[in-house]
Amino acid sequence: MNKSILLCGVGGQGTVLASKIIAAAAMNDGNTVHSAETIGMAQRGGSVTSHVRIGTAFSPLIPLHGADMILAFEPAEAVRNLAYLKKDGLVIVNRVPVMPITEALNASGYDGSEMIEYLKKKTDCIVFDGSGLPSAKFLNIAMLGVAAGSGRLGIETDLIRQEIERRVPPKFLDANIKAFETGIRTGGEN
Amino acid sequence: MKQYVMGNGAIALGALSSGIGLIAGYPGTPSSEIIETVSKAEHDGVHVEWSVNEKAAMEVAAAASYSGARSMVTMKQVGLNVASDPLMSLAYVGVKGGMIVVSADDPGPISSQTEQDSRRFAEFARVPVFDPSSPEEAFDMVGAAYELSEKYHTPVFLRPTTRICHAYASIDVPEEYHKKEYEGFVKDSKKWVIFPRLSFENHAMIEKRNAVISREFSDTPFNTCEGASSKAVVTGGVSYAYAKEFLKDDPDIKIIKVGTPFPFPDDFVLKALEGTDEVICFEELSPFLEENILRLAGKHHLDIKVSGKLDGLVPSSGELSANAAEKILGAFFDIAPESTEEAKDVPPLPVRPPVLCAGCPHRASFYAVKQAMKGKKAVFCGDIGCYTLGNAAPLDMVDTCLCMGAGITMAQGFYHMEDDCTCFAFAGDSTFFASGITGVVNAVYNEADIIVCILDNSTTAMTGHQPHPGTGRNMMGDIVEKIDIKAILEAIGLKKVVTVDPLDLDAAVNAVKECAAEKGVKAIIFKSPCIALSKPAGKCKVSEKCINCKKCIRELGCPALVTEDGQVKIDENLCTGCGLCRHVCPVDAIGGAANE
Ligand code: SF4
Ligand code: SF4
Repeated sequence: MNKSILLCGVGGQGTVLASKIIAAAAMNDGNTVHSAETIGMAQRGGSVTSHVRIGTAFSPLIPLHGADMILAFEPAEAVRNLAYLKKDGLVIVNRVPVMPITEALNASGYDGSEMIEYLKKKTDCIVFDGSGLPSAKFLNIAMLGVAAGSGRLGIETDLIRQEIERRVPPKFLDANIKAFETGIRTGGEN
Repeated sequence: MKQYVMGNGAIALGALSSGIGLIAGYPGTPSSEIIETVSKAEHDGVHVEWSVNEKAAMEVAAAASYSGARSMVTMKQVGLNVASDPLMSLAYVGVKGGMIVVSADDPGPISSQTEQDSRRFAEFARVPVFDPSSPEEAFDMVGAAYELSEKYHTPVFLRPTTRICHAYASIDVPEEYHKKEYEGFVKDSKKWVIFPRLSFENHAMIEKRNAVISREFSDTPFNTCEGASSKAVVTGGVSYAYAKEFLKDDPDIKIIKVGTPFPFPDDFVLKALEGTDEVICFEELSPFLEENILRLAGKHHLDIKVSGKLDGLVPSSGELSANAAEKILGAFFDIAPESTEEAKDVPPLPVRPPVLCAGCPHRASFYAVKQAMKGKKAVFCGDIGCYTLGNAAPLDMVDTCLCMGAGITMAQGFYHMEDDCTCFAFAGDSTFFASGITGVVNAVYNEADIIVCILDNSTTAMTGHQPHPGTGRNMMGDIVEKIDIKAILEAIGLKKVVTVDPLDLDAAVNAVKECAAEKGVKAIIFKSPCIALSKPAGKCKVSEKCINCKKCIRELGCPALVTEDGQVKIDENLCTGCGLCRHVCPVDAIGGAANE
């Protein structure tokens, strides 16, 4: 299997853990995997991406027009990285915006909705409403659920669940598995 | 055993697999995780340290290798500038146990001051360099570099770049790591004490030896030639990965990969160039491969056209990518690009510049100095660390930033040249230890009137919170004596050293005013822990007393101060209850948090 998955969001949203889970699950499925993080500075709030490349790959980063799936934790970040999407690729996006931290100083009026409309118009996309989760802390696992539920990830859902169980602290496991199931339902409906 | 690790982790595990006895370095993106990986791994007593700076790290590692142990020293490329003094001499003296200098380059640059090329540094120092094109290769190169280092008694460079350092791959590693046995230091002053006579002899020996290594490199598996064509691409490092991503395994396209750029493997490249009359050198940073191909062309009268950075086909700055390969190599090899549509009518995207965190004590320190100096002529010399972000609006409190430690000394230059100007230097605690202390000595000795502000947050925050001499912890996991910044400053002879909590704004402003009124070198230690490492004090809240003047937002720019439908409020998910905004509000509308 050859698949490239780009995860994007804002620092602090948990994209790195999600990418590690995908990578590990794909490896347990017998694939060669490479991935890369664009590591920002220590401060929170910047744009971050993780590139997961399953199968044959040379460049650590996915080339433009090379991603089979974009898993976007934030609407504007999906649009920012859209050039990475393959022609027939899938975008999975969380509807809830993260305001830029400079918003109060320089108001832009951003609220995420135009991004979602743009994505719906231009791409094959699944919109997930992360505001329904009990906490934004579970968003990354829920997004994995949507990806698994969409049937387009190419990795068995159970392998992903196993990796979640392995990597999430026991205290938060139940809540995360619930979020994962919620995600799977959204992914399956589309 | 397979382990899925970052490129930096692969380098660390390569070093452990090679039986290192010591690793030292100074934090710097993109190199920091090498030392962190070694310190976290199970091993039988490798000495691991964050040294006070790169020069110290290089010297510590050099002595380990004089003892016969294998050693590694790690840094980012600009750190190599600091370590260049011992490096240049060490290249002459040589080593006994294998020694690898990892200098991580940062094309872009993504998080550095310069786009310097460590391959040049290796050539300048006349020491061999390996240039990995993947984390897997980095792991293998570490083993080969130790063999080479011991065979020729020379330090050897490993030069990864950011994308290799931060890429993940599965590496086959041993179940256990064991330190290689070593003999111990054998005294021999003719060997280990550098004198002009020894340097002269060794210089001649090194040039002869490098010719031998060049031939040996011509046979390493790290240099490869794939495909056959009259046109060829010469590449190395991550640029090779980009070229392969685009060109794939096409037998009709020649890809020459140079994994050991110095001593340049002349024989290998000459052979690889047979049947080729046009090459493009596809590389980042400097035209290193390109100049070597030109040298070979001149030396051997090759009838070959050489392209790359020097004729503008490859950009002279910035990083490359698979898409740069598609554009540049596609044009060179006449491969039609895949048609892709340009995205149209993209809605304007919000920008997310890096800013100081909500509740960051640096914000309070800068604000206190700004308040105290309102209306007075002052210059603010910044330094390298999170606090460089104090340059952004609305604080606008960093007038200069040159390199690590430069703030303290530059403030002195301004003092000697500017009239009636209060000259401030801002340095973090880690920076103070790394290269600030000598600057303070210089100020006292040469009678400069400056105010040194130490922003002491008890960590090396920007590179990922490493400990340093002032934190009382080291990389061996030991609790050690904390080195007291105040005591150092007093010992240097400063008459006025004030320690103040920047979040106690009135006290902080008064401390600055007091210092500004006195002559000589003064220091203020703004002491408050990094917010990313400490428990928040609570949450602040805006009450109905708020007249919505937005002074808090305009003056501080704390990310937790937001507006909702035009009304100022505090985002509870971000606020740490530092209380700074309470001091700023003119009508006392902000309350809450622990210090209420
Ligand atoms: S107390 Fe005020 S300045 Fe401090 S973090 Fe909260 S909102 Fe920001
Ligand atoms: S400074 Fe005080 S009154 Fe002015 S907007 Fe901020 S909280 Fe409201």
